[in-house]
This record gives sequence, C-alpha cells and structure tokens, in this order.
Amino acid sequence: MTAPYEHNDDSVVVIIGTGAGGGTLANELAQKGISVVALEAGGRHLPPDYINDEWASFGQLAWTDMRTTSGSWRVAKDFANLPAWIVKAVGGSTTHWAGASLRIQDHEFRALTEYGSVEGASLMDWPITLKDLEPYYEKAESKMGVTRTNGIPGLPGNNNFKVMKAGADKLGYKNCHTGRMAINSQPRDGRTSCQQLGFCFQGCKMGAKWSTAYTEIPKGEETGNLEVRENAHVLKIEHDDSGKISGVLYADKDGNQHLQKCRVACVAGNSIESPRLLLNSASTMFPDGLANSSGQVGKNYMRHMTGSVYASFEKPVNMYRGTTMAGIITDESKHDTSRGFVGGYEMETLSIGVPFMAAFLNPGAWGREFSAAMDSYENMAGMWLVGEDMPQESNAISLSDEKDQFGLPAANVHFDDHPNDVAMRNHAYQQGMAVYDAVGATQTHPTPPYPSTHNLGTNRMSANAADGVVNGFGQSHDISNLFVSDGSQFTTGAAENPTLTIVTLAIRQADYIAEQMNADAI
Amino acid sequence: MKTETRTVPVASPVSFTDRSSADKRGELYKLTRRQLLTRGLVLGSGLVVGSSFIAADNAAWAMEVKALAPQTMATLVQMARDIYPHDNFGDALYANAVKGHDATAADDAEFLSMIEGGAKQLDAIAVENGNSSYVGTGWEADRVAILKTIESEPFFQTIRGGLVVGLYNQPEVWNLLGYEGSSYEKGGYLARGFDDINWL
Ligand SMILES: Cc1cc2nc3c(=O)[nH]c(=O)nc-3n(C[C@H](O)[C@H](O)[C@H](O)COP(=O)(O)OP(=O)(O)OC[C@H]3O[C@@H](n4cnc5c(N)ncnc54)[C@H](O)[C@@H]3O)c2cc1C
Ligand code: SF4
Repeated sequence: MTAPYEHNDDSVVVIIGTGAGGGTLANELAQKGISVVALEAGGRHLPPDYINDEWASFGQLAWTDMRTTSGSWRVAKDFANLPAWIVKAVGGSTTHWAGASLRIQDHEFRALTEYGSVEGASLMDWPITLKDLEPYYEKAESKMGVTRTNGIPGLPGNNNFKVMKAGADKLGYKNCHTGRMAINSQPRDGRTSCQQLGFCFQGCKMGAKWSTAYTEIPKGEETGNLEVRENAHVLKIEHDDSGKISGVLYADKDGNQHLQKCRVACVAGNSIESPRLLLNSASTMFPDGLANSSGQVGKNYMRHMTGSVYASFEKPVNMYRGTTMAGIITDESKHDTSRGFVGGYEMETLSIGVPFMAAFLNPGAWGREFSAAMDSYENMAGMWLVGEDMPQESNAISLSDEKDQFGLPAANVHFDDHPNDVAMRNHAYQQGMAVYDAVGATQTHPTPPYPSTHNLGTNRMSANAADGVVNGFGQSHDISNLFVSDGSQFTTGAAENPTLTIVTLAIRQADYIAEQMNADAI
Repeated sequence: MKTETRTVPVASPVSFTDRSSADKRGELYKLTRRQLLTRGLVLGSGLVVGSSFIAADNAAWAMEVKALAPQTMATLVQMARDIYPHDNFGDALYANAVKGHDATAADDAEFLSMIEGGAKQLDAIAVENGNSSYVGTGWEADRVAILKTIESEPFFQTIRGGLVVGLYNQPEVWNLLGYEGSSYEKGGYLARGFDDINWL
C-alpha cells in the first residue's frame, strides 16, 4: 500500500515526532518498502520560511507548550516554563541545531566500567559498543555529509574560530579545527554549500546544513511509503488486551481527535515529550505508564554539563559572522581523573546575536557591568562547553500539576547538578577563559547553561529489563512492538553532541524493525 | 507587520514582548521646540512632561501616554537607562522599550496600579534621601541604590524583564552594538568579512 494511509490501516508503522530520530527512521523504513505514518505536532517550515531574526524565529519554531521545572538548576529560576530549547516543527530540533557531529568514544559506552561507580550517579554501561555502531556511524556521516569524513573538506574558519585557534595554540592544545559538521563545505546531495549566514540556530536558509525537514523527510515521501501528518499532536498510545500497541490517538490542527491504528509504534518526541507520552498513556494493565515495569521511564534525565565563555577584546571580532559552531578543541574530551572529575568535555565555538546575548549572558543581571559587556558585543568571541553529565535517578521528567492545551498533565523537568558536573564545569570555565586570556581578552564572562538543547536518557537502554526501558535496539523491554527512537534511549550522555548518535541508532533500528517484521516477530 | 503580542515563557512575572508588538502602540513622534516649551515642563533628566505626553527637551521625540501619568512614563524611561545604561543610546530607544507598559496599563487596572505605585515608591525613597524625585536624583549610583531596594519586587522585575527584549531587540540598538543582523538577503557573510580578523 502506498501513502496516504487510512486511520484503520493496522499494517503501518507509526512514528511520533520527525526530528533527528523520527525523521531518519521514517525515511529508512520507507526506503525498505515499509508503510509509515509519521505524526508531527508542529507545522512544516522550509528554508524559504526561516527567519534571520532570533526572537522571530524562536516564535516560529520553538516548542512553547506548557512545561514546568523544579530543582536547584538555575534554569528553573530564570526560565521556569522553558526548561529546554526544542523545536516543534517537521524536522524537529534539526532545524535549530548547529550541526556538530561527533562519534561517542569507545570508553564512553562503558561508563560504569571505566569510571567506576560514582556516588549519587546511576551510571551504567550501554548494552552496545562502539564496534556495534561503527558501520552505522559511517552510514550516518555519509547521509548527513559530515565534514572531515568521507573525504569532505572542513569548513573555512570564521573570525570566532580564528580567535579560538590562536588561543588553543598558545595554550598548547593539539586538537583544534573547524569541526565535524553536518554542513556542506561544498555542494552535496542536491544542497548548496554554506554561505556563512550566521543563523544556523534559526534554520539554515541555504539548506546547507543537514536537517530532516528537507533531506530525510522528502526522500521518504518520494518512495510513496511515507505519509507525514503535520500539526498532529499525539495524546496517547493505546494497546490491546494482549498488551501490544494497537494505535495512537492524536489531535489534528483543529483539535479533532483521531485514532491511527498501527502494527508498530516508535516514540521520537525528544527526551521530555517521549517519557511524558508514555506516562500519560497509563492504563489498567500498565498503571505506571507504558514500558515502565522498571520504573525508569522519565528518570536519569541528562542535559550535558554545559556553560559558555564569552570574552571581550580590544578590537572587533564580529563572531556572529558565519557558522555558529564551526570550531572545536577536543583535547579535554578524554577521561582523566587528575582533573578532579570523571568523563570529559568539548570546547566548541558559539555565537549568539544581540537579542539572545541580552537574554542569556547572565539572566536577571542588570547595571553597568552587564551593559558594559553588551557594549563590547562587537569585540566578543564565544565558546560553548559541553561535557558528560552524571545520570541521576532523581533528575526526572514527571507529570506536572499544570495541564497543556489538551488538558493533559504537562511535563515537569527536575534537575540538580551532580558534584561531578560542577567540578567539570568549573574546570571548563577555567580552560575556556585561559584560551581567551592567552590572546589578550580584556574581560571574560563565564555564562551559565541555557535552557537544555541536549535532552537525553529518560528512556534509557539497558541489557537488563530491570535497569532500563529499552534494549540495545531501542525496543521496549515490556512491549515488543513499541520502540523509542530518539535521544531518550541514551544510557549515558558522553561528552559529544548527541545528534549523530541519534541518527546512527535510528538507521540501525530501522534494520532491526524490518528484520523483526519480516520474521513476524512483531 | 504582525501585530499580535508574543510572549515567551519565562519565570513569572517577567514576560518578553517582541518588537512587532511594541510597534503597534504608536510610534514616537516629533513636536516643535516651541510646542514643547508652551505645553510642557522640563524635568531634571532632560525630559519634558506635558499633560498627556513626554518628550526630549531638544524636541527630538515625543510620546503620547494613554493610561500612565506622563511623569510615571518619564520615571520608567530613566529607570530603563539605569537598569541597562548605554551612554551612546538616546532616550528614544529607552522610551521605545518601555512604551508597551502604557498600552498594557490601559487594558489592565491592576497592572496600572502596580506601575503607578512602583513609580511613586521610587520617588518616595528619593525624597527620603533628600532629592526631589527619582528622576531628579542626579547621580546614577544614587538612583541605582534606590532600585536595589526594590529589586525583588514585581514592579522592578516587570520593567527589567520587559527591557531584555524591549530594549535589545531593536535594530537600531543592534547597529549601535555592532551587530549586523539578518544576512541572507545580502548573500551571507561569505564575501562580507566572515574571516576578516586582522589583529591576532
Ligand atoms: C540551538 C540548538 C543547537 C543544537 N546544536 C546541536 C549540534 O551542533 N550537534 C548536535 O549533535 N546536537 C545539537 N542540538 C541538539 C539536537 O537538535 C537534538 O539532539 C536532536 O534534534 C534531538 O533529536 P530527537 O529526535 O530526540 O528530537 P527532536 O529533533 O527535537 O524531534 C522531536 C520532534 O517530536 C515532536 N513531538 C514531540 N512530542 C510530540 C507529540 N506528542 N506528538 C507529535 N509530535 C511530537 C516535536 O515537535 C519534534 O518535532 C542542538 C539543539 C538546539 C536547540
Ligand atoms: S552559516 Fe552556513 S550552515 Fe549556518 S545558516 Fe548559514 S549557510 Fe546555513
């Protein structure tokens, strides 16, 4: 059968969310001839619609449905209803993302074994290894056109990178380059090359940056096996008397509810909405929510240890010109406990415009110190620090007392830093400031974490059904035709930006789902 | 131009209002210097307050107020500058950034009394300190000391929170801070200096 599909067609695979995980899985399955209905809460926006204006773009693309926060993290105070920065649109957060595409390191898949048990942390080894993923990483890098892989040259360095590189050289860092980026440095796959617009976070108007919105999704649709329904907000996943998933209830843009029957359901709503949906789908048979016999749904929420360092110089940098994140120092990504913490972190160039700088440089601050920093905007360079944070069972997505626009409990996001996260952030601030001091910074601004862009771990993979929600293929331990296909599968966070791994897991999961369907196992 | 108000969820009571929503509340306009001097009263801050407007004393701009007392609006403009002081920004940019509160006050009596009450409180503290009013307090440090005493109150947080977007989301502010903004229509920065740094 080819698309479009009937609501009562129970032969389709339903995918919830069309971001990095869902969008990739949808195309991979469609390429194999499997019928797919992808339900996306947001609308369809393509490069001509993207806006080179930070707040206007945020209003166009961001997920601003009700969410609440708790815990001691500063985001809960400064952005109480905006715990995370996630896109609600076809393509999901791959419209906003910067494109940094790094493989998780071998030892990071064995976090518990390598780091040993850390007090207060729910560390585990992944049930899969780098070796298992290598062939799929290769496919993902080729699909996404990652620079410095597949013979694709690196991007040219912009001003912000040049400042970082000069500082890195002075400090003796050995590994500083313009990154592995899913941004075309030369035309590839029918898409043009980067014109250095400087609005990567607002959706790339050139289409030079990989996003499922205009790569995976139209490719899948071309096969005739993929139907994407936009403005289709999933409310509940339903099951039959045997406990197998039977369909998915969603609201269309007019608020009318429909039940899409299915053979398999894959949840890919990002690490806040995915567990919320499983919890909101509780039934008499599954009173604690779907796939939750372990009690781990929503737990172990990770957001990476993050922070930024902006630095002011005597002369102009104009960091906002060109690729937002096109420079990296990888020397600190090793696991070396002599620094006072386990795991490692990456240092990556980052630039935000004046509107976001005002909101994020030091939320709540006012007076001359703050405005003097803003006055030096033109002379600023900036970097983002991103490292492995410790999973903790108490960091969790749970159902809030507040309701969303459909009357369903919203997600509450609870987070406290682990002492290891704090030690790592302090080290990273110190090193980041040293990079800029080495090239003559007149002021440095250690900037607190933004609302979370990397949301991970809330439906984690585990070898043992008692320890996690899904197995090494993202399949629910409890319900064989229910899959998790986004970053919530991550067992631990690793130091690297997660999206390449999310895409890699989705490609691998597609093979597994096809195999299982062929074998009539699901 | 879109006219709806867009709010971004942040810790209450702070809410961001974007540029487009500020625009609908009437542009700043010009009076002649003569009109000004016959209709208004010069405040210590260089602002002129008339019966339903405030203006710059060089007549560079003027703003009609609907709900708030003109004196209150003058206090807000000064307060905006004291919260985010940029000495190369004219008052018009600060006036633009706070004028939305007048429109909100016109529709919301509770909001109106919070703003009027806050402004009166600032004046009362200034008088206690031996000055004529908040605006009539000569040194920035003395005004900032007054603001510090009410920093945690909803009035202050509303004004400060509104400024984050109200002040810094103005293209003229971007210019003054050296941020060039939208680049797509100019072909990006590929041929416009993305790698032109020459002092390293
Ligand atoms: C500013 C920014 C910069 C980033 N830069 C990088 C980077 O350089 N490198 C990197 O690796 N990562 C980066 N990321 C992170 C990256 O975007 C995410 O890790 C990735 O997109 C997550 O993929 P996902 O499939 O889990 O979710 P998403 O891509 O967020 O997709 C989830 C989708 O599900 C939809 N959805 C949710 N709930 C429902 C529901 N109930 N019904 C229907 N649809 C639903 C959402 O609308 C959304 O479209 C960045 C993120 C941001 C915000
Ligand atoms: S800098 Fe490059 S990748 Fe970023 S938005 Fe512009 S063209 Fe796209």
